[in-house]
Amino acid sequence: MRIDGKGRIDRTRPVTFTFDGRPYAGYRGDTLASALIANDVRVVGRSFKYHRPRGILTAGSEEPNALVEVVGPANQTPNTRATVQELFEGLVARSQNRWPSLSLDLLEVNDLAAPFLSAGFYYKTFMWPRRFWEGIYEPLIRRAAGLGRLSGKHDEGVYEKAWAHCDLLVIGAGPAGLMAALVAARAGADVILCDESAEMGGRLLSDEGQIDGMPAADWTAAVLAELASLPNLRLMPRTTVTGAYDDGTYGALERVGLHRSPRPNLPRECFWRIVAKRSILAAGALERGIAFQDNDRPGVMLAGSLATYLNRYGVSPGKRVALFANNGSVRATARSLKAAGVEVVAILDSRPDAPDEPGIPVHKGATVLRARGRMGLHSLSFAHEGRVHALEVDCLGVSGGWNPAVHLTCHRNGRPRWSDELAAFVPMEGAVPGMRVAGAAAGSFSTHACLASGAEAARESLAALGRDGGALDLPRAEDAPYRIAPLWTVPGKGRAWLDFANDVTVKDVTLAAQEGFRSVEHMKRYTTQGMAPDQGKSSNVAALAVLADATGRGIPETGTTTFRPPYTPVSIAAMGAGGRGAGFAPQRFLTSDQASRDRAAPMVEAGLWYRPSYFPKPQETTWREACDREVRMVRETVGVSDVSTLGKIDVQGPDAARFLDFVYSNTMSTLPVGKVRYGLMLREDGHVLDDGTCARLGAQHWLITTTTAAAGLVMRHLDFVHQAFCAGWQLRFVSVTEAWAQFAIAGPQARALVASALGRAPELGFMGCAPVTVQGVAGRLFRISFSGEEGYELAVPTRFGEALFRDLVARAETMGGGPYGMEALNVLRIEKGFITHAEIHGRVTAFDIGMEKMVSGKKDCIGKAAAMRPGMQGAARAQMVGLKPLSDDVITAGAHLFAQGVDLGRETSAGYVTSVGYSPTLHSHLALGFLANGRARHGETVRLVDRLRGVDVLCTVTSPVFHDPKGEKLRA
Amino acid sequence: MPDLIAKPALGAVAVTHAGCTLAEAAALTITALAPFPGQAAAVGAELGLAFPAPNTVSEGGAARLVWAGRDLAFLIGGAAPERLAALNGLAAVTDQSDAWVTLTLTGPPTVEVLARLVPLDLRGTARGQVFRTGLGHMPLVLIAEGADSFTLMTFRSMARTAWHEIEEAMVKVAARSF
Amino acid sequence: MRLTCPLCGPRDRREFYYYGAAVYLDRPAADAPPEAWDEYLHLRDNPAGVTQDLWYHEQGCGSWLKVTRNTVTHEILAVDAVSAADAAEEAR
Ligand SMILES: [Zn+2]
Repeated sequence: MRIDGKGRIDRTRPVTFTFDGRPYAGYRGDTLASALIANDVRVVGRSFKYHRPRGILTAGSEEPNALVEVVGPANQTPNTRATVQELFEGLVARSQNRWPSLSLDLLEVNDLAAPFLSAGFYYKTFMWPRRFWEGIYEPLIRRAAGLGRLSGKHDEGVYEKAWAHCDLLVIGAGPAGLMAALVAARAGADVILCDESAEMGGRLLSDEGQIDGMPAADWTAAVLAELASLPNLRLMPRTTVTGAYDDGTYGALERVGLHRSPRPNLPRECFWRIVAKRSILAAGALERGIAFQDNDRPGVMLAGSLATYLNRYGVSPGKRVALFANNGSVRATARSLKAAGVEVVAILDSRPDAPDEPGIPVHKGATVLRARGRMGLHSLSFAHEGRVHALEVDCLGVSGGWNPAVHLTCHRNGRPRWSDELAAFVPMEGAVPGMRVAGAAAGSFSTHACLASGAEAARESLAALGRDGGALDLPRAEDAPYRIAPLWTVPGKGRAWLDFANDVTVKDVTLAAQEGFRSVEHMKRYTTQGMAPDQGKSSNVAALAVLADATGRGIPETGTTTFRPPYTPVSIAAMGAGGRGAGFAPQRFLTSDQASRDRAAPMVEAGLWYRPSYFPKPQETTWREACDREVRMVRETVGVSDVSTLGKIDVQGPDAARFLDFVYSNTMSTLPVGKVRYGLMLREDGHVLDDGTCARLGAQHWLITTTTAAAGLVMRHLDFVHQAFCAGWQLRFVSVTEAWAQFAIAGPQARALVASALGRAPELGFMGCAPVTVQGVAGRLFRISFSGEEGYELAVPTRFGEALFRDLVARAETMGGGPYGMEALNVLRIEKGFITHAEIHGRVTAFDIGMEKMVSGKKDCIGKAAAMRPGMQGAARAQMVGLKPLSDDVITAGAHLFAQGVDLGRETSAGYVTSVGYSPTLHSHLALGFLANGRARHGETVRLVDRLRGVDVLCTVTSPVFHDPKGEKLRA
Repeated sequence: MPDLIAKPALGAVAVTHAGCTLAEAAALTITALAPFPGQAAAVGAELGLAFPAPNTVSEGGAARLVWAGRDLAFLIGGAAPERLAALNGLAAVTDQSDAWVTLTLTGPPTVEVLARLVPLDLRGTARGQVFRTGLGHMPLVLIAEGADSFTLMTFRSMARTAWHEIEEAMVKVAARSF
Repeated sequence: MRLTCPLCGPRDRREFYYYGAAVYLDRPAADAPPEAWDEYLHLRDNPAGVTQDLWYHEQGCGSWLKVTRNTVTHEILAVDAVSAADAAEEAR
């Protein structure tokens, strides 16, 4: 119910929303949870395993129960915490994990079957018979498992990623965080203050105490106003710091658009990577419950959240409230409730020496035995002085103590330390380099202690940053001691709940211990305690205490589970923001791209590049028709292809030739100016790295090419060899891949086409290169071929690429030629036995591809020592061969090769196929592959088997060079 | 016979979102200068510009010498061919004019926009600074031009992706300001 | 994780490419015995503690770097350019 005169909501701005299809009203400033409480909605979800009706337990991001689906026009977001979701006009929310409705959930039958569904149920039940697993058990479990539902559609929502940098990151804007930020910002440090709530202030927003003689909320407002006025401080509300990573990097999730009606282009969330020289963790403390029978009934809540709902949101979850605690923190809440007109029936304080409370009955040494009310608490029974009493209440606030929010201090392997005084884990100092912990997160609970430790943490951080924190009068505030007498569970019959989110009871943990799962990590996995979306924030310590008790050890000896990032759930969409569609990877476009698309060429991805696959003619209905025509065109007239994707590296300097001799297996230094040589690069382990050409443009000036696939790899390799082994040599190299557009012109008419384009006949012998002028533009001409025909490559500065491509294609067409794409290029090179990275795939040596003579015996080079090892050559190795099927059947790359008559198996495989294509020149499918001792087996018949695709074809082993083996056309 | 027609990397029309403007800069001559060991100072002397220390730009007249990586600087803008010829033996010289697309990003939210794209703290950068870094997955030469003004150079073949990603970041930043 | 490139300054690890152990810098002589090459190419320690490995500032200046770091604490102890010529360059 709504309480008049309380809360920080804006009562002038009513908001309507729906929950499970019913319309409700709330106010701007409400969370979905506070608005549901205002509307007396008590059951908000069904539990994960037993489908028990559940209500709101907390007022923060640690909420285990109130997980809902938020439905937007483009998104359906499951497992949204109603305690975090801010209300906005038109919000549509649905409860989860119930069918058909929240009040009638047929899977509640699980609750009746509870005796059979204890810890380890899945492990024990779904084991045998084994064959049932796939067909029966898994579908069954899948249907029952999971909480919210996804829409099943792509998430079309907008997400964002961003970087931020600062001197000091303050995590949490409660009393400690505000004080730390204030001290640091006044001293001039560059500060970011993050808080996961919409409004900063933390518990001061629901605290009725005084700071410096004014209400805590007013003091908070004044501090925030000052902070907002400082240019060196950035406030980041609605931002949860989710992880602490190496070297001062923090992950944080900001809710940008989740709290308002969708707006075009507004990100839903932003995932921040914050780089901070220092940080202060002031994340506060999380309250925990006490386990007793049916303590999960809707209306049983954590006591601190009652104060938050009342003072911050102006709502009360009950009219008749009792409080059950083992510490004094509920007293202020009791007073607030009473002052607001809520009937506080009793304080059940388990401490026998608990103080009195004026105007409120306090039962000292009392324990709650059981809560009653399946769809909402209506009464409870408690033990006091040996007798059982009943109380009619509709809300029970429970406080089993406070756990400092140590999570981030564990992200770099820090282990929190047990404090007997607080009956809680406190952070290990220095667990995250550069991070200080302050306030309740460090176990300092009073307002005064929070302010003091925030200021102290700031001063220490400033000192580390080389700044002076200056003098500061600490504001006056309450400094009540925190007294707790640990109480984890109330013994008794029935089920007492520890982990509400994953339905783990005290008995489950005890059973786990009995069955030998005595390590906390084993217990956790066996019972699933702490493994739900809330990661056991309100249950871990109690479960640990129960385990300690069951195993007869103390809590510190029992250990603690490891907290890992993220602190709260982070949507994958936020972490991968911008990575969908075109944002997945950069797209590289050729200068000929539009010209190719104008000709309806389908584009194929080659690394990041988009290259034309083929250029279809109107009458052609299949790619094969186009490909066959383009191959014949190159063999018979002339074809033009954009080869600008090849890596091009310009090498200059007196020691350039020496360097090339070192990185290529063959000798380059002997190459005359104006000539090109094919070259092979090895990895240091003796395998082939890449192949390409090496053109000597001048005495000390070279241009080398790499394959498209390995351009980046080769640059990195050359940089390594240069910087690691010969940095002092007089040479430099730089990539010019992007600077030049380069086109292959191949076929019997290639020379005529080049002559036409240049306006003069190219006087260039095979493997020659020369500067040329192309229609007024300075370019370069190379006589090299990847097709086996007479071939040239003509390069011009990139800006002229499109014009030159269109020009060359137009000229080619007048000669009966035209453009050719990747498919034809591939067939042409297979016919000729030229390799690509399909062949030099990282496990082949120069010997394997028949190029062992290219490893010069006269000099050292990268990879030579390893290439010379006995195992790197010889008959046992699979050597490159050609394969020609005896029939017209299709053959496939990836197929294995077998000698005829052997049983097919992994052990009998004699090789494999790397490239296939249909050769219109030879009217046959052709393949390149590797076959053991292959060069000695030309003429032999082998079986080519691809069991995945059902291929089993006999092939003749041949030389890999099918077309023009003597290279007469090439040199024509 | 017609001469070949030169095309810009993008030919894009400038866009503005929430006071931040993205534009394609006119193509300038870019010459990569990679001094041989020990020759950096000599290269600078020939050009009348200090060879830039890492992360800095040397300016003189219409020409700028922009640090572009290990033992590498880009001479952007005019330099007489004879001056470049004088570098023979001192440095490897390559024409990179066509290798890069040059974009400019200006206006008050520029630093905020770049925070979505570049992993660096660009607040308070001043003319004279340059960064080799990444624009998402793309290589980037990022030149600070003054308050809220940057020149961005990335591979020419990636120009469309760069433009798309920058504009997307601009649009998202703009959507926050209401 | 962040590495301080000697040329570019502190940068996020995303700008760097990881290669492998710094052993790669100690290339044996061409005529070294097979054992030396075997050691160089294939045999690696996997220390819990200080280790040295090679990183390439790919989205940066293009420097190859020798990073000394602690695999247990994740502390970065040193980042040096692999190029011995650097010292000379910087001294100028
Ligand atoms: Zn660097």
